[in-house]
Amino acid sequence: MTDQAYNFAYLDEATKRMIRRALLKGLAIPGYQVPFASREMPMPYGWGTGGVQVTAACLTPEDTLKVIDQGADDTTNAVSIRKFFERTADVATTEATAEATVIQTRHRIPEVPLTEGQILVYQVPIPEPLRFLEPRESETRKMHALSEYGLMHVKLYEDIARHGAIATSYAYPVQVEGHYVMDPSPIPKFDNPKLGDNAAIQLFGAGREQRIYALPPYTRVVSLDFEDHPFEPTKADHSCDLCGAGDTYLDEVITDDQGSRMFVCSDTNYCVTRQAEAEAGAAQ
Amino acid sequence: MAHDTVLAAGFADPARDAARAFRLCLNAMARPGTLQDVAPIAAPAPLSAAAATVLLTLADSTTPLFIGTSHDTPEVRAWIAFHTGAPLVDRAQAVFAVGSWAALGPTEAFAQGTAEYPDRSTTLIVERSALTPANARLTGPGIQHAHELRLPDPAAFQANAALFPLGVDFYFTAGTQLAALPRTTKVEAL
Amino acid sequence: MYVATKGGERAIDAAHQWLAEERRGDPAIPELSVDQIREQMTLAVNRVMAEGSLYDPDLAGLAIKQARGDLIEAVFLLRAYRTTLPRFGASEPVDTGEMRITRRISATFKDAPGGQILGPTFDYTHRLLDFKLMAEGETPTAQQKPSDPVDAPHILSLLDRDGLMEPLEQTDATPADLTREPMSMPADRPLRLQALARGDEGFVLSMAYSTQRGYGRTHAFVGELRIGTCDVEMFVPELGFAIEIGEIELTECETVNQFTGSKTQPPQFTRGYGLVMGQSERKAISVSLVDRALRWDELGEDNVGAPAQDTEFVLYHCDNIQATGFLEHIKLPHYVDFQSELELIRKIRRAAETPMQEAAE
Repeated sequence: MTDQAYNFAYLDEATKRMIRRALLKGLAIPGYQVPFASREMPMPYGWGTGGVQVTAACLTPEDTLKVIDQGADDTTNAVSIRKFFERTADVATTEATAEATVIQTRHRIPEVPLTEGQILVYQVPIPEPLRFLEPRESETRKMHALSEYGLMHVKLYEDIARHGAIATSYAYPVQVEGHYVMDPSPIPKFDNPKLGDNAAIQLFGAGREQRIYALPPYTRVVSLDFEDHPFEPTKADHSCDLCGAGDTYLDEVITDDQGSRMFVCSDTNYCVTRQAEAEAGAAQ
Repeated sequence: MAHDTVLAAGFADPARDAARAFRLCLNAMARPGTLQDVAPIAAPAPLSAAAATVLLTLADSTTPLFIGTSHDTPEVRAWIAFHTGAPLVDRAQAVFAVGSWAALGPTEAFAQGTAEYPDRSTTLIVERSALTPANARLTGPGIQHAHELRLPDPAAFQANAALFPLGVDFYFTAGTQLAALPRTTKVEAL
Repeated sequence: MYVATKGGERAIDAAHQWLAEERRGDPAIPELSVDQIREQMTLAVNRVMAEGSLYDPDLAGLAIKQARGDLIEAVFLLRAYRTTLPRFGASEPVDTGEMRITRRISATFKDAPGGQILGPTFDYTHRLLDFKLMAEGETPTAQQKPSDPVDAPHILSLLDRDGLMEPLEQTDATPADLTREPMSMPADRPLRLQALARGDEGFVLSMAYSTQRGYGRTHAFVGELRIGTCDVEMFVPELGFAIEIGEIELTECETVNQFTGSKTQPPQFTRGYGLVMGQSERKAISVSLVDRALRWDELGEDNVGAPAQDTEFVLYHCDNIQATGFLEHIKLPHYVDFQSELELIRKIRRAAETPMQEAAE
């Protein structure tokens, strides 16, 4: 049931138009952070207000929504956001990645390749990839304007000098269509290769920082690296202990106080589906 | 004046219809050159249903609008004022512009964005008699291999794309059909 | 056998029920009404209205009740509600010179037209716990004296007349609206004052205090602090004139600060300004000090690198709703990112250990 006290998908129409215009400019300038007048949402900043506003501006009554946090549909914040849209937009929801038309995510890209009918909405905490190198917005904006990314390369190179490897494992910076350097949100770098050449539309919302950016489908996205230190997507060197998958991103679960560990798929829907398929196969 | 057209038309269910219309605008911009079909709505001639839908979805009192002479009629003005409240301005101040290709004139007259804020540029809604048959081949972000579209003047879009990250972005509208061409798209004449 | 945790939804529902029970406390104790909060926790209500950017004492009272007295949580409730309200228009500028004053003091002049009015202040109370308040049923009344409405012009305008104050720039320009447009730098003074007015009282206070201790000192005197009610008027096009739509309580502080001058210009005092909803004088004074510190550039002063001189730093960090949200979000699961860090640190350690072992062998 839609909550009649609020407009469809919560936001008023003027706010949605403002966000929609920002989204379109984001698509027209891939990887560029479009400022938008983020609104105060009924959930705290830092808990997905940017993603929620983008989703609210995109949802149609016919959509099927999936919400994940850390790859899982049942994490508390994912549950909370999914309930919010069930209540305010009365949309169908699903846990099955393939059935969803809009997927809001925090920190993961689903394992199943996305398709042309899908929109992936990322919750972004710090949209500025240069923020920790230069805290000033006035300065980073100039760097983007001039495509001056030397500072980022210096940082990555210092990592190599110090650790022998690039010491960034999530929110690993990418360059979009050879121009803007972009923060992919805190996804593990394992997911970075899925950013580029993706069939789905990818939208990024940072509520507190008031920025929206986007990747159209089939956009060229390159993880920053060096010839002698090429980018490497990494995961735990195990297979999933539940479904046996050897090519998925894994959570490490501590199972007792003796140091025992299990490794399980972070994408719970993918894992559950594989387990069900295996059971069905065994039953036949 | 056709008073009924001015007042009655618009989205029947504003929030939900705008959401559906935006999805078409989004898909069009995300996949340059693909044709989207909008739901028919009554708009005062010569404004097409597709152009009217884009305006209803995106324009409001905060988005100054330029109307090309091809569309600058009392009926269109009244419809825009009633449904969007968008203030009418000259090319350089416009967030949106609507009209025929000839009436909109050279795209350099519109805001192209700035190096620090390339988003501060005009989106042009170019009314066309038809979006097919194609005369241009499109490649770039949003396009897996190549798309094809009928463009008024392929060379103009090459010049616009050369300005990246500055430049303007386009919607093309004909009847209920809608397509888009962002500044990133590379255009070759067929 | 390990199974992935399910039941987030049930956990949330149960947490909310528990929270409601805790909010109510011991049911044997009478429940607090919103009226009681509005009337007896007025300064909390004022702070919530000021930082919530919504003048509505009843809703602020409700928010405080719902938030169990957590004022930042209450501010958040009010902000989230405010966003959903339709906008009918903007009021005419409020004339604080016409304020019906309940308190007015100047630290720069012993007396001034309109007089000094101490008003309801803690200033000279001895901070001794009043155990009588623990007993119920006390309704103190203050002595009353009939008074005529006084004409109390802004005290700094008297210095203006002698040319000793930097002139105020008069403009009819519509100021930017922080709540409808994204913040962008450089931020002009109206935008800065808006951000500070809704900024966290503790943050703005500490910033102001830091200028007093020498981090961007501005030699501030409280030229005038006034608290009272002002009429709010709105122009109605159908009527062709403005009508009064209500009144709000405001606290306004104008500081007199160190003078500037040059070979061509005789020295003049400079100003800091703070305007806050409700009776919030600590906040208004703080805003005026920080406002003044942020004006170093336009007044041709040196940037000494003080935090309170840094517009980006102050404006991007003064909002407690943004700050608390982002701070508290680190409670949310981060195991995906943490896992990637684990993999990385193990890999780097392996790589580091291998040559060490080789060297040892």
